[in-house]
Amino acid sequence: MKILVPVKRVPDPATTIRVLPDGSGIATDNVKWVINPFDEIAIEEALRIKEKQGSGEVVLISVGQTAWQEQLRTGLAMGADRAILVKADTPLDTLAIARAIAKVASDEKPELIIIGKQAIDDDSNQIGQMLAEMLGWPQATFASKVELAGEKCTVVREVDGGLETVAFPMPAVITTDLRLNEPRYASLPGIMKARKKPLNEIAVDSLGVDLAPKLKIKTLNAPEKRQAGRKVASVEELVQVLHTEAKVI
Amino acid sequence: MGDVLVFAEHRGGHFPKTTLIAVNAGLEMARKRGGQCIAVLSGEGAPAAAAEIAKYGPSKVIVLDDPKLAHYLADAAAQALADLVKKTGAETVLATATAMGKDLMPRLAARLGAPMASEIIAINDDGTMVRPMYAGNALATIELDGPVRVVTVRGTAFDAAKPAGGAAPVETVTPELDAASLKMEFAGFNEIKSDRPQLTEARIVVSGGRGLKSGDNFKTVLEPLVDEMGAAMGASRAAVDAGFVPNDLQVGQTGKVVAPELYVAVGISGAIQHLAGMKDSKTIVAINKDEEAPIFGVADYGLVADLFKAVPEMVEEVKKLKH
Repeated sequence: MKILVPVKRVPDPATTIRVLPDGSGIATDNVKWVINPFDEIAIEEALRIKEKQGSGEVVLISVGQTAWQEQLRTGLAMGADRAILVKADTPLDTLAIARAIAKVASDEKPELIIIGKQAIDDDSNQIGQMLAEMLGWPQATFASKVELAGEKCTVVREVDGGLETVAFPMPAVITTDLRLNEPRYASLPGIMKARKKPLNEIAVDSLGVDLAPKLKIKTLNAPEKRQAGRKVASVEELVQVLHTEAKVI
Repeated sequence: MGDVLVFAEHRGGHFPKTTLIAVNAGLEMARKRGGQCIAVLSGEGAPAAAAEIAKYGPSKVIVLDDPKLAHYLADAAAQALADLVKKTGAETVLATATAMGKDLMPRLAARLGAPMASEIIAINDDGTMVRPMYAGNALATIELDGPVRVVTVRGTAFDAAKPAGGAAPVETVTPELDAASLKMEFAGFNEIKSDRPQLTEARIVVSGGRGLKSGDNFKTVLEPLVDEMGAAMGASRAAVDAGFVPNDLQVGQTGKVVAPELYVAVGISGAIQHLAGMKDSKTIVAINKDEEAPIFGVADYGLVADLFKAVPEMVEEVKKLKH
């Protein structure tokens, strides 16, 4: 089975993000870049499916700049077979990114696309669902368990108030939630092997899809900082101030 | 005209507070775009819920009627809503960013070829909107171009709609669905039952972190405080990762965003991703034995203490207050 895993390059989640004074973006000096953590879970799930089936191919895809090769190589070092970088020199909106990936997917014809439920930079949570619609495939977002039997896929989803199970035939799109699995680290031999694995580049303009930006970020602002309050000396004092000062209990 | 379709989520006719939040945000959007707010429902129990929603201020309520919509599934729901957008000529489709709203709206946006803004926190008069990025460390002012746009709103950023007096008319519409293309099947729902308030609706939230050390300690140490305070229980991602509690309790960038009157963080260090989910709470209390923990940087009241001593003491103190 061929599985396509879209991968995004994002700032390390532990990085403190600073908005540039002119509101044009965030400061990227001293930012460590990593694979979006939910996409790492997606890569892991794809690798596990391949390992369980004993055959198949895990293909990574990114829509971004040359520097994104770094994260694709990391994914290859985890065990993916090859990678595609759709080169876009200017940032694209979610609709354009989904169109680009959907176009490549319609050529690659994977049985599954597994992708993180959201990227931790823009927190949009859109691409997986958009891909499913563009390809006319079923979708299972926020997956915490995936089971495959023949052509059929059953997914347990983390929804409000419980767990929902959906079933559908493949091809399909699955987006990963936190508890689907624990991603592996790239091993040293894995890193060595990754250097020789194919990483092909395609220019995004060559795909013939509509890339016109429809979502425009006008400006970024830093949110108002919450002021730290004070320390209390005891539980008794805490409960008293909550009662008499904050008046919340 | 800038009409707004509000996707009114419900389960078997019962709707959560987040649905009234969507209605209210839809009313605000319609006012600012010079259009009407139309609530849309589908699925089992929709007529009953529609009759209720009609009292909260929309100009009209539409029930989408088709057996394929009995149980919510993203593919059928997106088709039905896209068809309704065509029929009504609506400019905006809006939902609260619940699990269902997040699942459906991007699929709908793709079907309409429309841009989408996720989890907006404000609607400006000039048509722009504001949404958090980077775990709330940046607020983006954004613009969506095109004749149709799709939006989800963050539940904590808008009030719930109030009864408006009277009731809007309810219409039934049969959507055009391409039945052959619908391949998803609902295979079950395992409800996590709880007598406690919903995390996103509670006035008080008490959350535990890795400091609790085990799932058992959530039960024996934290839960008595949660219940004594009549609170909802939450957890940090670290506690969920460690398997102490289920993921639907997770508060943070990758879980639920809450903004209660009182948020009590117990044994939570205050990672960026957790702060993103609770820093708009009115009053924040932190109990942590590490006085350097970042959570104290956002807490109104901080107590440096061993939680295993402080929490049982707090249960007793809260009890005293009641008597």
